[in-house]
Amino acid sequence: MHDPETLIRKGLPKGHFKDLAVRLMLGITTYCIVIIAALLFFKIIKDGVPVLFTAKAPFVDLGFLLDKNETLHVFDDAQGLRHQLPASQYSDYIKSHGEAPIYNEQTFSYSGGGIIGPIVGTALLTIGSMVLALFFGVSAAIYLSEYAKQSPFIHAVRIAILNLAGIPSIVFGLFGFSVFVLAVPVITSTPSDRSLLTLPLFIGDAVLSFQGWNSSLIAGCATLACMILPVIITASEESLRAVPQGFRDASLAMGATRWQTIRTCVLPFSMPGILTSSLLAITRVAGETAPIMFTAAVAAKDDLPWQALANPFDLLSSQVQALPYHIYTLAARIPASEYTQRAQYGSVFVFLILVATLSFGSMLLRAKLRAKLKW
Amino acid sequence: MVNHLANIADPLPPAIRIDRLCFAYQAKPALHGVTLDLPARQVTAFIGPSGCGKTTLLRCFNRINDRIPGARITGGSIHIHGIDINRPDIDLQELRRRVGMVFQKYNPFPKSIYENVVYSLRLSGIRKRSQLDESAEAALRSAALWDEVKDRLHSSAMGLSGGQQQRLCIARAIVSQPDILLMDEPCAALDPIATLKIEELLHQLKEQFTIVIVTHNMAQATRCADHTAFMYLGKLVEFGPTLQIFQTPHDPQTLAYVTGSFG
Repeated sequence: MHDPETLIRKGLPKGHFKDLAVRLMLGITTYCIVIIAALLFFKIIKDGVPVLFTAKAPFVDLGFLLDKNETLHVFDDAQGLRHQLPASQYSDYIKSHGEAPIYNEQTFSYSGGGIIGPIVGTALLTIGSMVLALFFGVSAAIYLSEYAKQSPFIHAVRIAILNLAGIPSIVFGLFGFSVFVLAVPVITSTPSDRSLLTLPLFIGDAVLSFQGWNSSLIAGCATLACMILPVIITASEESLRAVPQGFRDASLAMGATRWQTIRTCVLPFSMPGILTSSLLAITRVAGETAPIMFTAAVAAKDDLPWQALANPFDLLSSQVQALPYHIYTLAARIPASEYTQRAQYGSVFVFLILVATLSFGSMLLRAKLRAKLKW
Repeated sequence: MVNHLANIADPLPPAIRIDRLCFAYQAKPALHGVTLDLPARQVTAFIGPSGCGKTTLLRCFNRINDRIPGARITGGSIHIHGIDINRPDIDLQELRRRVGMVFQKYNPFPKSIYENVVYSLRLSGIRKRSQLDESAEAALRSAALWDEVKDRLHSSAMGLSGGQQQRLCIARAIVSQPDILLMDEPCAALDPIATLKIEELLHQLKEQFTIVIVTHNMAQATRCADHTAFMYLGKLVEFGPTLQIFQTPHDPQTLAYVTGSFG
């Protein structure tokens, strides 16, 4: 029989100081990360809030959100007053003041007006690429998880898809440039000089010309879609697998074909999962610069994408502005000064809000659908 | 108990005729030459220890084993109402409409009760509301569920209790008027009261359907089956009227199993 008194310890618990030290170190590391992130957000919010929000109703600077992007002119008038005017107002000013001299004129490209162009461009790129990626990704996921025999080859395919997710986005940008911009086939009656190959179609004078889509909305969407396909496929496969096997058994046992089973008993119940995971992919698509800089984006554009089009389909083949590329242009090509801060921090702030809203929305949606679809 | 004897003399031809059936999962054989005639409009129970092949055999009757990779019939045949169901030109969907199945774990879809019941009717392209309503009510009545759910047909099936969900699955399986109803341990996940309700239901259902039930519960077999087949290690050991199997089995293995010496 042991002495029961040994159950009562004398002094501090064993390893007390080591435990304390480890706890302290882990805690400090965690809070360091939090502090760095907080500083980053604080800087963006501090400089961004004054751009976007105003003290008077409607409390939001709609001009910044809804005006087109312009060059900013900064100058002194004869009375020594400083003016900051976007190009359109600047020319009005010059016209109305006629001969009055101006001094110390400086111009800042892309820094005046608002950012409606980049916002709209990013929206179009995001919608287009998500439509493409969802169609191809969900189809591939259904094939991989529901139809394909689980052979070593299929496993290899799955691993290859997973590996695609790790490829840097600039590589996708270059891939998109060499394939979608320069090489994909188009049907045309007037093939371009640099067409790689033309095949006759024997319908009128139409030929199949491998000349690419040029730098265009559709090429950008296709490139972005390629980039997030692995994410969509993996997430979709997981959602499909999460649907209980019993549903498939029950449906098949009642005489449904495999496609009927998938359509009525598998896809509807995995759709919430697929869509919420895809929302996270949206934030990536909306935020990437590298894949679109060679394939779709343009730094400055006078018209909104749908303006000045000969026919609606030209929308797909026109270049667009995009928020991340706009931020890149502002940061890389414009010397920072007090006059460019508005455009720079404003754009970043708007972008941050956009991404945060999407992430938060996807979280809410997920929670809501999880509660609704339980088995 | 007297009507067991009356049923045995039933002149109906057997509903399922199994002839020297061999079955394997990839290289692993699961059934070794099972020969058995299942009488129509009666309840037949398959009993035996886990892994003896009773569920495998049951799942051969509607060929739901087809979807397991590498699972195949390696010999023998199954005839349902005289048709070899493993012919290459069999209409699998029609076969499964004629041979309904209820699973061990109740598995209603997360849809409304009504949509669950009419699922197989919608599959066969029935659109008429009145016809769907009529069939749904008939099936729910047959499954002894109508009175409990008639006021909430359009609320989710997930809100029902386990026993109700299993009866909903039975209603779903019989709505398309199958000839045969396969039940794979339908009460395994249910409490005794819900089990009792399903057993009572079996007595009513066998007037319309040929029922094959796999069960681990020997008392359940004695309560609801007219015939019982005892299987062991992929072989059919003994088949006969339930009373005879449990009271005067011919085979020493059957005797050992039903008296609780093993399994």
